[in-house]
Amino acid sequence: MLSEKEIKEIEEHFAHYPRKQAAVIEALKVVQFHRGYVSDENVEDIARLLEMTPDEVDSVATFYNLIFRKPVGEHVILMCDSVSCWIMGYENLKDHLSQKLGIDIGQTTKDNRFTLLTIPCLGACDRAPAMMVDNELYGNLTPEKIDEILEKYK
Amino acid sequence: MERPLTQHIRPGEYLTAAEYRKTGGYEGLKKALKMTPKEVQETVKRAGLRGRGGAGFPTGLKWSFVPLGPDAPRPKYLVANGDEMEPGTFKDRLLIEGNPHQLIEGMIISAYAIEAEIGYIFLRWAYKKGAQIIEKALAEAYDAGLLGKNILGSGFNFDLYLHTSAGRYICGEETALLNSLEGKRANPRPKPPFPQTSGLFGKPTIVNNIETLSNVPHILRNGADWYQSISLSEDAGTKLFGVSGKVKNPGLWELPLGITLREVLEEYAGGMRDGLQFKGLLPGGASTDFLTKDHLDIKLDYEGVAEAGSRLGTGTMIVLDDKTCVVGMVRNLEHFFAQESCGWCTPCREGLPWTEKILTSIENGTGKMEDLDILAGMTKTLAPGNTFCPLAPGAMEPLQSALKYFREDFERHIKEKRCPWRS
Repeated sequence: MLSEKEIKEIEEHFAHYPRKQAAVIEALKVVQFHRGYVSDENVEDIARLLEMTPDEVDSVATFYNLIFRKPVGEHVILMCDSVSCWIMGYENLKDHLSQKLGIDIGQTTKDNRFTLLTIPCLGACDRAPAMMVDNELYGNLTPEKIDEILEKYK
Repeated sequence: MERPLTQHIRPGEYLTAAEYRKTGGYEGLKKALKMTPKEVQETVKRAGLRGRGGAGFPTGLKWSFVPLGPDAPRPKYLVANGDEMEPGTFKDRLLIEGNPHQLIEGMIISAYAIEAEIGYIFLRWAYKKGAQIIEKALAEAYDAGLLGKNILGSGFNFDLYLHTSAGRYICGEETALLNSLEGKRANPRPKPPFPQTSGLFGKPTIVNNIETLSNVPHILRNGADWYQSISLSEDAGTKLFGVSGKVKNPGLWELPLGITLREVLEEYAGGMRDGLQFKGLLPGGASTDFLTKDHLDIKLDYEGVAEAGSRLGTGTMIVLDDKTCVVGMVRNLEHFFAQESCGWCTPCREGLPWTEKILTSIENGTGKMEDLDILAGMTKTLAPGNTFCPLAPGAMEPLQSALKYFREDFERHIKEKRCPWRS
């Protein structure tokens, strides 16, 4: 069941479009904002609200890489693996982060604190290598700087 | 040197509506509202503004395909493409975070020119700060009567909304972007029909890049002749040029079109870091052909870069140094394109992962000489005209030029059965 708050936030987007089904991506983002990810049950809830089939909602949800259909940790780390960051040393940083957290790309730490994912170019190439933790962007990364950043999320 | 788009931008802050007005902001809009939509289109056409998102299509000409007048289908839409996901590209971020009203003014004027009543700013997911700034700026513009009904008493109505995306590079392709705005999977659409006649929700639609739209207020305020005069080239206006990679001073600068590649690299980016030699660069994002040291004196404008065998693209350059492996770099690029293929058409869906696998085997020392022929064949199979949209042909640009200029590096991997750049 979607909460009243979620339904209200989703419905606010309806006025921006000639048909409410256009707001499905916003709906998925609203649910993910409140719950961390979008469960099968949530897909059905959104489908009912938008008068779509669950399959239609899921076909959209699974297309977009930043809609999570599986649970993620409290904080999601998105490491840019695109060309400028790769040139500036992405591979070593990824190894450092992987080792530090004890997980590989796509995994969540045992304490459920962090999920580690790669992301295409973050548009911060003049500050490469770069990553985002939740909504925060960090650039000019070094192994030491990564250690400091992780401390903030403990 | 004039820098109309960026001269008032301060690091870390955005210009509020009041501050933007003090710099002459919204004066271009006042002028435009006294003209007819056709006259606004003509002014932008005469100015010679071309799309800054990569393709370089003349903006005024694009607008002219939209049906005007009382019989035109309604509503019509204007969309700002702020998806900015081309690897190596970080230019629209500055305009969004630094001067959002310049974009909003550009959108109101452009909407007036095509008689559109609804607009969207399509912003990529990662630009969280930009999204907050745009929301604030939109509220300021509504409060000041610059958006909504009867704008500045002109009788013109225009509503503008922010749409933040949920990822995927393909959303930057304009018809895929329209599908995404409609709440669908972002697969590109066949053309024709072109969005100008049948776009968002089947209505006439224009999609312009953020930087393109940010130029429009200045053209209206200062005139087409002024716009022509501020470049060093047949192509009018300024361009945001960026440099990333192992240069001394990576960054982003607004410079006149027609400046030389050497000036940008040496004077602005400060040249290579100590101990490194310049080997080549991608001049306008990941999907442009490599240029080499033989091209340093070319002019950075649409014609100049095309004559050298590449494209101006987004104007944001990615520099390759002599200590970085070109096979590894191209493998990284093709990994990106293979991952971001939307899967709609077969050559792209199948060809790009195949390309990536071959490059991975060469990089890992298990490649064969015949692999180079397969890669060359791939650049023909995935050439323009064989796919639904420009994603796969764009992916072939760095590959085909790497094979042309740096073939020896590929052959060394195969002969030595390892990457000579990895210790």
